[in-house]
Amino acid sequence: MGLESSKWAIIFLVCWLYKNVSCNSVEQKIYVELNNTVPCVRLLNATHQIGCQSSISGDTGVIHVLESEADLEWPLSKGPNPPYMVLLESSLFTRSIMMKMKNESNRVAGVAVVVPNTSPPEFSPHTTCPNENTGVYSDNYGPNLAHCNTTVWNPLGNGLSYEEFDFPVFSLKEDNETEFIKQCYLDHNRAVNGSAPQYPLCAMQLFSHMHAVTNTPTCMRRNDINFSINPEMVCDPLGDYNVWGSIRPYNDTVLGHKENESVVIAAARLDSRAFFWEVSTGAEGSISGFVTLLAAAQALREVTHKAPPTRNILFAFFQGETFDYIGSSRMVYDMENGKFVIDLDNVHSILEIGQVAVHSGTNLFLHSDPVSRSNDTVNDEVENFVKNLQSSTAGLSFLLVEPNVSQPLPPSSLQRFLRAQPIPGIVLADHESAFNNRYYESFYDNAANLNLTYPSDLSPEEQLEFVTETAKSLTDVATVVARALYKQAGGDDSQVNTIKADPKIVTQMLYGFLVSSNNSWFQAVMAPELKNILKPSPPEYYVGVVMSSTPTRLVQYLLANLTGAATNLTQSQCQKPDELPNESRQMYSYLWVQGIVPPNSTQRDSFCVRASVRLTKAVSPAFELGEYASKDYSTWTESRWKFIKARIFLVASRDLEMLTLGVGVAVLFTSLLVTYFISTKADVLFSSTREPASAAY
Amino acid sequence: MTASVFFGCTFIAFGPAIALFLFTIARDPLRVIFLIAGAFFWLCSLLLSSLVWFITVQISNKESSSQQKGLLIFGVVLSVMLQETFRFGYYKLLKKANEGLLMLSAEETMPISIRQLAYVSGLGFGFMSGAFSMINILADSVGPGTIGIHGDSQHFFLSSAFMTMAIVLLHMFWGVVFFDSCEKQHWWSLAVVVISHLLVSCLTFQNPQYVGSLVPTYIIVFLVGLWAFFCAGGSLRNLKLCLTCKDKDFLLANHRPR
Repeated sequence: MGLESSKWAIIFLVCWLYKNVSCNSVEQKIYVELNNTVPCVRLLNATHQIGCQSSISGDTGVIHVLESEADLEWPLSKGPNPPYMVLLESSLFTRSIMMKMKNESNRVAGVAVVVPNTSPPEFSPHTTCPNENTGVYSDNYGPNLAHCNTTVWNPLGNGLSYEEFDFPVFSLKEDNETEFIKQCYLDHNRAVNGSAPQYPLCAMQLFSHMHAVTNTPTCMRRNDINFSINPEMVCDPLGDYNVWGSIRPYNDTVLGHKENESVVIAAARLDSRAFFWEVSTGAEGSISGFVTLLAAAQALREVTHKAPPTRNILFAFFQGETFDYIGSSRMVYDMENGKFVIDLDNVHSILEIGQVAVHSGTNLFLHSDPVSRSNDTVNDEVENFVKNLQSSTAGLSFLLVEPNVSQPLPPSSLQRFLRAQPIPGIVLADHESAFNNRYYESFYDNAANLNLTYPSDLSPEEQLEFVTETAKSLTDVATVVARALYKQAGGDDSQVNTIKADPKIVTQMLYGFLVSSNNSWFQAVMAPELKNILKPSPPEYYVGVVMSSTPTRLVQYLLANLTGAATNLTQSQCQKPDELPNESRQMYSYLWVQGIVPPNSTQRDSFCVRASVRLTKAVSPAFELGEYASKDYSTWTESRWKFIKARIFLVASRDLEMLTLGVGVAVLFTSLLVTYFISTKADVLFSSTREPASAAY
Repeated sequence: MTASVFFGCTFIAFGPAIALFLFTIARDPLRVIFLIAGAFFWLCSLLLSSLVWFITVQISNKESSSQQKGLLIFGVVLSVMLQETFRFGYYKLLKKANEGLLMLSAEETMPISIRQLAYVSGLGFGFMSGAFSMINILADSVGPGTIGIHGDSQHFFLSSAFMTMAIVLLHMFWGVVFFDSCEKQHWWSLAVVVISHLLVSCLTFQNPQYVGSLVPTYIIVFLVGLWAFFCAGGSLRNLKLCLTCKDKDFLLANHRPR
């Protein structure tokens, strides 16, 4: 018994020791880990790789804070301690500086960009002609309109996002860590009066080793190598889910062409990107569009129950449009192959909501495709659509204007539909020719770009409810869109003026998508198991590879709550609705949402929402077909990596290191010699008290 | 700081120990066994002193830095005392083992003398003590950075290596002197060994003034080394004979009459 209890005592002691031990190790005195960094990662398509790469054991370089473009001489040619890690302010993060560093990349170990809280006057790392090879315009279709020959859509674009760098590029925030780095540079790395700075020097090491190389066919081929039990994947295709909903539900199991079914599609895109991985906001680029469409869907709910229109209206939110139209090309492919609930012959017309927030005047513009309009039937339909739209602005403060008719469509999902079939379609946008957005696909396209400001003394809940100017103008656009869709779908003209979008809902959505997704309204509309995706910061709009991005989920649940109906089903009934006589999972989707917290209790009033809202896979058809070198479909993949981190430390001079090694080798040799000498002469050296009789020593 | 610093510091810290092991211990399996047993005894003493240290730190006030400093001094003193106690314990064990070995072995004489045991056990203590001091520092020296970003001295790796070399040599010398004075019942020289061990350990509180701790330590190494040389049977005469290469004649001369 004594042995048993002492054994238990020892076990407890060891477990307690294990839990409580922490050491003050030497590592903490050498390295300072940088926690708030964002890397730039490698993306690949059918022919190229873009983005940044570091070596497998990190890239180390002596820090140099760049003061101006002329100062680039120091890291690139004059500096005596290459390679250098160049720290840039965002005003110096330009194409010319980055290209110069790319050309001398044996002296540049990496770049760190300090992203400020205030935006520069303009910055767009995207190309000047977005998605130019996967749109509708090509050498066979409107050749004079292809490749931005008539209108350059993104003239401020410097194309940095599509360049390949073989050193790592990280972004830092303007906070205490960056101050520490700059202080370390000032203390150790400044050259005094033109002489070289003395060792030890302050250095930074960046780890962002990417596993995929060359292009998508290569990395997909390497994914398939099955040498071991755990095959190493090197890249993943970009993709997520598209969200779609309709006024009248469709049976999910009956796919393909539907007789006598005519549908008006209203589309918007969900995603955007930035130079650095995942930190994309896309306020003007995508959020303005889909928030308007969600508000329009909500505005149409009541009138379509009271006076249903003849045609169905389908609201489609596409993911992955930034990367060569992943979502829309997949939907068109599904429609062409009978894998969607309708097909292209059922589509009557398409209205796409593009970038609609930045008005530089009082007009919005209706873009259409001149090549398909050369056909008279299509042209008549488009003109009818334009008339419906223009008449919907009655009583509102802006007009809808058509730009010059020989201008192509801006980059939009409509272009993928036109590739398959000449469907009458219009893209609604706030720019007549080039984009008004000065931060297209960059990390500065945030709430400030939309002038989304709140009075300073409001609490977060009060900010959620406060109706901003931006919200009011987007509400007007949503009203116009809703009325035009109702008219286009053949609705009753007398009901049109009752359609009004709700500014409260628009402002709550803008707050949730641009300021903080963890607010009471979003909490109320989400499912209990998904409430952890809501954070105090805005969500990330990069399409990614994990197939479960926050914006998709949010838009799905919002669309369900705004267009669906609350039911009396219990939670278990909500999961198995087919057992009830009037409910059918094939026609609707049933979502259990958290609901609001009533004033006097702590339990949420959860309920079951029945809506005709579905998700469809938005992965490029190139991956379904196995055509990884496809020229028709998006082939974008994202590389995999093991870990990404950054740290700073001091480095000693090479001479000191070699001296240490030399001293060590000398000590070793000396001691070997001395020991050999002593051990051979041991019996002489240690003989004075030897007993005469003992022979062994 | 990279591989060159790693190898440099390893050779500095463990150079003499490796040389001694290679030339004097490696060929004789009995010596190897006693070396490892000595290392194990040192390890036990460290385990015990770290257990006491850990418990006292947990129950102390973690915020007060003077209390933590006092606790550190207490920990060092306790550890030195425990190491010397275990050295004494090892001595007692070896005396008993020697009698047992004599009974078991076929030969008339003891296979290993107590003086050799003193040397081997001291070296064992030195090996383990050096390993514990140095291994985690060597592991961090492989990376690209060196100490200093928070303002500490740059010479940490080098001075740790030299200190470790001193400790290894000192443990070997202390072993020889300790066993010799236990044999001859000279308790005062035992006390001097313990006091010099305490002195060297407390000198490390001078860090990061590395000169202040390394120079006196090396003086002590030299002095204790001399003392151990004399305890082990050396004398100035033997040294002169060796160095002037007259030893062969001396041996022959010694062997003639019996």
